[in-house]
Amino acid sequence: MPKDHGIGAPIRRREDLRFLTGSGRYTDDINLPGQAHVHFLRSDVAHGRIKRLGTGAAAAMDGVIRIFTARDFENVGGLPCGWQITSRDGNPMAEPKHPILAEGKVRHVGEIIAAVIAETPEQARDAAEAIEVEIEELPAVIDMAAALGEGAPKVHDDLPSNLCFDWGLVEENREKVDEAIRNAPHVVTLELVNQRLAPNAMEPRVAIGDYDKATDEHTLYTTSQNPHVIRLLMGAFVLGIPEHKLRVVAPDVGGGFGSKIFHYAEEAFCTYAAKVVGRPVKWTSSRSEAFMSDAQGRDHVTKIELALDEEGHFLALRSETLANMGAYLSTFAPAVPTWLHGTLMAGTYRTPLIYVNVKAVFTNTVPVDAYRGAGRPEATFQLERVIDKAARELGMDPVEIRRRNFINPDQFPYETPVALVYDTGNYHATLEKLEELADLEGFEARRQESAARGKLRGLGINCYIEACGIAPSNLVGQLGARAGLYDSATVRVNPTGSITVHTGVHSHGQSHETTFPQVIAEMIGIPEDQIEIVHGDTANSPMGMGTYGSRSIAVGGSAMVRATEKIIAKAKKIAAHLLEASEGDIELKDGKFTVKGTDREVAWADVTLAAYVPHNYPLEELEPGLEETSFYDPANFTFPSGAYACEVEVDPETGKVEVCSFVAVDDFGNVINPMVVDGQVHGGLAQGIGQALLEQCVYDENGQLVTASYMDYAMPRADDLPSFTVDHSCQTPCTHNPLGVKGCGEAGAIGSPPTIVNAVIDALQRGGIEVDHIDMPLTPVRVWSAIRAAS
Amino acid sequence: MVEISMTVNGKPVTAQVEPRTLLVTFLREHLGLTGTHVGCDTSQCGACNVHVNGMLAKSCTMLAVEADGAEIVTIEGMAAPDGTLGVIQQAFQDHHGLQCGFCTPGMVMSAAALLRENPDPSEEEIRAFLEGNLCRCTGYHNIVKAVRAAAEAMG
Repeated sequence: MPKDHGIGAPIRRREDLRFLTGSGRYTDDINLPGQAHVHFLRSDVAHGRIKRLGTGAAAAMDGVIRIFTARDFENVGGLPCGWQITSRDGNPMAEPKHPILAEGKVRHVGEIIAAVIAETPEQARDAAEAIEVEIEELPAVIDMAAALGEGAPKVHDDLPSNLCFDWGLVEENREKVDEAIRNAPHVVTLELVNQRLAPNAMEPRVAIGDYDKATDEHTLYTTSQNPHVIRLLMGAFVLGIPEHKLRVVAPDVGGGFGSKIFHYAEEAFCTYAAKVVGRPVKWTSSRSEAFMSDAQGRDHVTKIELALDEEGHFLALRSETLANMGAYLSTFAPAVPTWLHGTLMAGTYRTPLIYVNVKAVFTNTVPVDAYRGAGRPEATFQLERVIDKAARELGMDPVEIRRRNFINPDQFPYETPVALVYDTGNYHATLEKLEELADLEGFEARRQESAARGKLRGLGINCYIEACGIAPSNLVGQLGARAGLYDSATVRVNPTGSITVHTGVHSHGQSHETTFPQVIAEMIGIPEDQIEIVHGDTANSPMGMGTYGSRSIAVGGSAMVRATEKIIAKAKKIAAHLLEASEGDIELKDGKFTVKGTDREVAWADVTLAAYVPHNYPLEELEPGLEETSFYDPANFTFPSGAYACEVEVDPETGKVEVCSFVAVDDFGNVINPMVVDGQVHGGLAQGIGQALLEQCVYDENGQLVTASYMDYAMPRADDLPSFTVDHSCQTPCTHNPLGVKGCGEAGAIGSPPTIVNAVIDALQRGGIEVDHIDMPLTPVRVWSAIRAAS
Repeated sequence: MVEISMTVNGKPVTAQVEPRTLLVTFLREHLGLTGTHVGCDTSQCGACNVHVNGMLAKSCTMLAVEADGAEIVTIEGMAAPDGTLGVIQQAFQDHHGLQCGFCTPGMVMSAAALLRENPDPSEEEIRAFLEGNLCRCTGYHNIVKAVRAAAEAMG
């Protein structure tokens, strides 16, 4: 029987009641009295010089309140970048200004040229269309290799080239790796593209700026995964508003997947403009705008080489990547292809020598930043693809080659050659579980059944690892982060014993309102419905860094545990006083304090009441009240890992790939709510399968975004996907956080793309078609063309 | 401005609207029924699905004036008057068929239309019918389970 209460119980979500009845409160559902609307005029060319902006006719149109151009933002800072990478030569990365409104030049399709504020959204849009824009079009750089070529047009005129940085990990190993590869009996090489994706949270971004003249206070309502981060970045670095005069509210947020971490121009604009025009200013993104203004993900071009001995042991690995930054540096962009990517190149294996080089490049495209997995999918994809290719070239079973190279359970903590220390894991256990659940033994019979129907069936395997629970502040500080990555919680016990938790992390689908109370319910022994989680408003939660990188329970949850421990320690003192016993003899269980070895007890709510009505209370030793705050800074990353398998059928006549089954075995350490964890994995798998088979942002040679709507960008639909088998029974609890949790939000998106591609290549090879790689997405035309080229 | 009248979730409404007002804008901005969402501008995502005279419709692709005289049901009209969730809504909660909740109203309206048309759909039929509703959170797995469970509960 599953538990029905506390940690490990699959309890139903309390959030659902409002979402299922249309009572959610998303940012676009908020309308403030006197609100005006802004429409942004965006560049329709990728690269050009703004010669003239004629706003006169537009300004005279019905309902127009004011038109803003870059000139109105001369005293305002650019959007800051939160992570500085140092190049191999010791120089800091190139960091061009990222203006709110384009200054002189436009550098990508969708960049804001002007903003019209009007009484209604329609009037603002009509007037924006009437602005006369003259842009001298310049040659655009889209392809990364071309952007680094001699004489390429420069995205930023004041930089020496389009190179943002040239980074190496670990530089001291470079020559040793080169030598090991030169001398190895086998070297397997793969060149691949990890294509650009659009995150596509279903709720488009929204921002509402509000200014109260009487109190000189600014409020920004925004679709954010981290309202405190936005307050800090926008307040301190862009608009110069001190935190005590700036409140950022992120109410119900309809998905993020990374795209709502970053500080965007529209948020700063609405906050700033609300004061200038003296009215609340609202912007609601259309989906078309989202495609050209939300930071995009991935976009790496990689060459990976794996050296092996005769028995298939990994000897050395070299990976060289060009990473697209787009036209400007988005908030955390430089961290993604570097510290979130290069550090994962050991995977779950004992490869002794690794060197990773990443060159980041500016192009005339939408900025690129973290998208579900952020760097770790790119690492996993190349590693697991090259291992599969190596197995084939050496005539080894893809399961066996992985098993042979696994870090063994007795080797933890394990220091990799790429700067991480894995605290725990058992990769053999997850792989064994996978073999059982995926019925690998039965594959051959299923393959023959498919063959009888003219279909090529393939089996794909992948073993991933990720670094989550981001991150130890002192470590990331050394790596270039311009922020700490702790999190926080205030646990406020109310007089009659119910609890309100104010957390610095943010839920936008992750179910914190349901799962966080399960932890406290377990610790104190009161029902979950006595515990409320409050998040998403800088006015009522302690400074926290928000939700991304599968960090909420590992970092924010740990802060909540620490604060609750302080609450329990204080409550025991009060209970000891009430029971006239020694504090050391007090035990808390099932919502009751008892004196060890006696039947004397006092209920939780009697103790909490005494804290607030301190008539019989040790006031000389203890303050009244029962409220504690903790800030938790993790000692290390957490390392979820897993083994995935899928079977596909390829139609050799059309190139169409059908995913027949998908099994995901993950080790997330301890699990708070298995139902919610299942759901997180399902969603990640769908995004990863979307990347493998369907999705891609396509720019033409002029920098036009060809895939700027759902008519052209292929989102995974219900009939593109199978039902999934997911399992998280293999649990090696994290050794350094109080819950033993690792995080589960990104695993599916990290582990699934190589699983699918490995399966398709396997299907073709078993069908006698010599194809060793196809770049994602594996659309029918790409697969069909590969089949034709090989035969 | 044009005067329109319709019944929304059983209540008669009359209003003056600009001819270009979309039905979804009318529901959200004029009537304050913000449960119906806008997730795209090309009629692909289905977050704006409502029922118009018993038929499933994307309210971002209909003018409010086209709904003059119609009976409209939105997500706000799907629970019992005392707040008890309908069978489909309950199945979505029981099977964790939603995460961020943004696509959910449209999914529930689509599921209701499917089950009216086909009370006992297979997994394949459910997936095919929901092809016009995008969800980025759930991978559809639990949505399909919820619709199947609702079909069984409605017997």
